[in-house]
Amino acid sequence: MKLADTIRFASGSLRGSPTRTLLMMLAMSIGVAAVVVLTALGEGARRYVIDQFSSLGTNLVIVLPGRTETAGVGPGLMSGQTPREITLEDAQALLRSHAVKRFAPLTVGSATLSRDALNREVVVLGSTSDLLEVRHMAIALGRFLPAGDINDATPVCVLGNQMKRELFGNEQAVGQWVRLGDRRFRVIGVLASQGESMGMRTDELVIIPVAAAHQLFNTSGLFRVLIEAKNRDAIEQVVRDAEAIMTERHGGERDVTVITQDAVLQTFDRILTALTMAVGGIAAISLAVAGVLIMNVMLIAVAQRIREIGLLKALGAPGRQIRHLFFAEAVLLSGIGSVAGLVLGYTGSFIIGQVYPMLPVSPPWWAVLAACATALGTGVLFSVWPARRAARLDPVAALAGK
Amino acid sequence: MIELQNVCRTFTVGDQQVAALRDINLRLDAGEYISIMGPSGSGKSTMLNMLGLLDRPTSGTYLLDGGNVSDLNDEQQARVRREKIGFVFQSFHLVPRLTAAQNVELPMILAGIPAEERRARVQELMQNYGLADRADHKPDQLSGGQRQRVAIARATVMNPTVLLADEPTGNLDRNTGWEVLKLLEGLLERGITLVLVTHDAEIGARAQRCIHMLDGRIRSDERQAG
Repeated sequence: MKLADTIRFASGSLRGSPTRTLLMMLAMSIGVAAVVVLTALGEGARRYVIDQFSSLGTNLVIVLPGRTETAGVGPGLMSGQTPREITLEDAQALLRSHAVKRFAPLTVGSATLSRDALNREVVVLGSTSDLLEVRHMAIALGRFLPAGDINDATPVCVLGNQMKRELFGNEQAVGQWVRLGDRRFRVIGVLASQGESMGMRTDELVIIPVAAAHQLFNTSGLFRVLIEAKNRDAIEQVVRDAEAIMTERHGGERDVTVITQDAVLQTFDRILTALTMAVGGIAAISLAVAGVLIMNVMLIAVAQRIREIGLLKALGAPGRQIRHLFFAEAVLLSGIGSVAGLVLGYTGSFIIGQVYPMLPVSPPWWAVLAACATALGTGVLFSVWPARRAARLDPVAALAGK
Repeated sequence: MIELQNVCRTFTVGDQQVAALRDINLRLDAGEYISIMGPSGSGKSTMLNMLGLLDRPTSGTYLLDGGNVSDLNDEQQARVRREKIGFVFQSFHLVPRLTAAQNVELPMILAGIPAEERRARVQELMQNYGLADRADHKPDQLSGGQRQRVAIARATVMNPTVLLADEPTGNLDRNTGWEVLKLLEGLLERGITLVLVTHDAEIGARAQRCIHMLDGRIRSDERQAG
């Protein structure tokens, strides 16, 4: 029997019982669609998180005071001493590393921002002009902090978008004076609206020069130093250099923690990929269920078509050919079911993408491939038994319908 | 050319052994017209199934065209059925979802014959059997006589040497039955060996050779001049 004829005959018997065929295809396509949609969601979540991290800045290395141990108690606690703070001089010393492109020191505090009778508690960020580049921020109006000596406490500030609106409404803000705590600052710029970026709402920030922040909060320590490496390959070098420089400057004691954005990113990436696979795997169970359904219905089909099978045998079809016919049916069913499932799944993903535009929903290719392979695999696997049963029927009994 | 030597066939029903055929020795020559008669349970259907390779003898040998076919495996037996044996059944056994033409085409599809050749052959047969205008009808749109003619066309489409008919007129009224019978007898002119199982004495008597069976044995084997 020719392959084309086998397929034609099998599709003929599928068309012969349309309800049964449609139901089986529906089960199959729901399984495939579930895998596609769920992995698309997982992948969307993964890419959303990674995009969020990337928006923090690229090739970022972060130095923070204190030594974080992943296990046990930190050495500072053991010896009863608090870690030494990171000073502006420490931060500047980091530039000795050739792998460092630029850095931005960061001091964080909160203060009352007021203009005339309006006042509000805000998060104040002390930094330098390089923060704009390092953190991938954008200016809407005016300009960012001026470049110059890092120790200049120039009384200027850059307002987050929302702060500007709350204090000035539609009025001109740049050039006006505001009060932060007990000091006066001139507004020189307004940040472009960026929404939330990893837990910090840039819209609600006020950024002032780091030296001014030190005066305002009466401190000399830095909360973080953000370093941008020259390129991706230089990140490792920056980490090593930063640790060496800080250790040297802190009297041989390694009391800073250096983390790379990459490490954080990779962890999230791994977690979310695992999550996507887990979700996809759960969805794949529905494919196995669809497979069992196919087996069940195939067995019924063998019983229903027992006379036809007997006739085919009498007309000279060997058992092998009968088996092939049932196989072909299973492959057709799961094949068409898979295609329908893909269409369904992609449509679903598209709709989710429309409903949640911030989520970059797109099913990963490996999940699509795995879904189709699983569908075809289960279809064929679960038709083995019914096909063998049909092939082994005794022709005389089968013709009599027994 | 067909020879059964000491063929026995026993079935196990429950824990009892039931002999359907007991020590059958039979020789059929090419081009013969044979009727097998006998009451139900006499083993005539089992005999026909045995001749058609649908059933295997419990013991004994089946020689077809000089070759022993009882030892062949499933694949080889299927090939013999396909190429040398045609079946006509009492209940027609047409595939309901296929048209008349597609039913006739079926054995050629199983044999892997190219589509153009199949189409030509089907057309020729449908013409010969007066079914040309019924080619695209499904079996349930055909009368009993038409159905049996489609079945005969199907049985002969591969030009078999033996045609085995199990009560071919059993489900037909008298007139249609005769028409079908004439059609079958017409095949004898082409040298086909026709084996007819029936319990209608009038039909059985038309054959050149009448075999009467009883309790799994051949009771009489009469040749008629004719």
